[in-house]
Amino acid sequence: MNIPEELCYTKEHEWARMEGDLCVVGITDYAQGELGDIVYVELPEPGTHVDIMGEFGVVESVKTASDLYSPLAGEIVEVNDELADSPELVNDSPYDEGWMLKIRPSNLDEDWETLLDAEGYRAVLAESGAH
Amino acid sequence: MQLKRTPLYATHVAAGARIVPFAGWEMPVQYEGVIAEHQAVRNAIGLFDISHMGILDFAGDGVCAFLDGILTNKVSDLAENQIRYSLVCRPDGGVLDDVLIYRLPTHYRLVVNASNTDKIVNWLEHQNATQHWSIDISVENSNLALLAVQGPQALTLLQDMVGAATDLAAIRYYRGTQVPFLGKTITATRTGYTGEDGFELFVPADDAAEAWHALLEKGAPHGIKPVGLGARDTLRLEAGLPLYGHELDDATSPFDAGLQKFVRFRNRQFIGKEALLEERRMGPDRELIGLELIDRGIAREGTLVVVDGEDVGVVTSGTFSPTLQKAIAIANVETGSALVGATVHVRVRADLRASRVVALPFYQRPR
Repeated sequence: MNIPEELCYTKEHEWARMEGDLCVVGITDYAQGELGDIVYVELPEPGTHVDIMGEFGVVESVKTASDLYSPLAGEIVEVNDELADSPELVNDSPYDEGWMLKIRPSNLDEDWETLLDAEGYRAVLAESGAH
Repeated sequence: MQLKRTPLYATHVAAGARIVPFAGWEMPVQYEGVIAEHQAVRNAIGLFDISHMGILDFAGDGVCAFLDGILTNKVSDLAENQIRYSLVCRPDGGVLDDVLIYRLPTHYRLVVNASNTDKIVNWLEHQNATQHWSIDISVENSNLALLAVQGPQALTLLQDMVGAATDLAAIRYYRGTQVPFLGKTITATRTGYTGEDGFELFVPADDAAEAWHALLEKGAPHGIKPVGLGARDTLRLEAGLPLYGHELDDATSPFDAGLQKFVRFRNRQFIGKEALLEERRMGPDRELIGLELIDRGIAREGTLVVVDGEDVGVVTSGTFSPTLQKAIAIANVETGSALVGATVHVRVRADLRASRVVALPFYQRPR
């Protein structure tokens, strides 16, 4: 299972990475593996505001639907439109082509402190019995 | 409760399958992935371990009459090696289980849903005692494994493995035969739960792992894949086949589920006959319909079906169809409330989403 050292994570299996003044968000390799074949990703309209750990969308696999939670508060400035036609990108490339949101953080310093580093995320997975 | 394991449990774990609890068993839900496994069955061959299904064998005087008095479908005119689908109903017509009845050369066999095995054994033993039969009912799951080999190439693969002395192509749908297989004689039946051609094999439990590996090895040039319960569900849903606990339960009659052709009334008595005759007279007030979502999203079990602002029913099974590449669902609705071709709505996460009512099944194999 791939858990890149340079990313930050939530306990709900989202990852976050700063690119300039925008935060890119997606779901982890572990999350896509648990969900199995992903067939729909429902994302909000750009311009929508999200709260920290607020629901921003839903990912549907053949087996189940799972809510998506924002690692940071802010304004959603871009969503990955590719996922509408190619939701399998989340399975194939969860940290790159399968990205979901770009957020302009409204409370970056404080919100960032709440996120886990790779080691912290690995500990969360170990606790939940993931392997 | 201690979960049970099939004779192939260790084989599945070694193959990296994801194991989940299902109906009291630890079963593989997927190996490579639901969609890839689904496509293997539609385009090549899929191999399933369905040894969790309850296998009940019957011995003693009057087995045929005993079973004919319990099943909604006729048992007494089954030919040797013929199989029928049937319901088991309560006196009020509610469905206790849907089953396959086999008339094997030496005895009758019933294959029942894993989730209902204990209930059906208890029901049969109750009838056995109260109707003063002395039928011997044995659950054979510790002696037998059940493998399903399904897909357009299944016949070719199995013909190669059983040898030229048996012509498997001559075995018609819902018929079986006793064939040499890896040095033993086994029963193979042309049955399945996928909407594809294929066979199901009763293999001695001790030989199950050898049979599994041999099928995968000989099937490799055909593109065989092991298939878990995840794809078993998407395959049966595309084929419009009911699953007990979803389309069927003890509050549902065979008529509600569109299964009237598996209820045979003439010249026989069976449990539930009076109630079902009455229901046939009145017409069922529920029916199962097929839905294809027009809007995005998946209408899963429990999703409400809405017509003109009124709730008319509920989704019993819903998934993404790998073959049709769209979301499909079976729903239980008020009779006549949603006709084929109509656009209705399903309530997915508080949104009403448009769906088209379509005829079942969603998928029929090319013949």
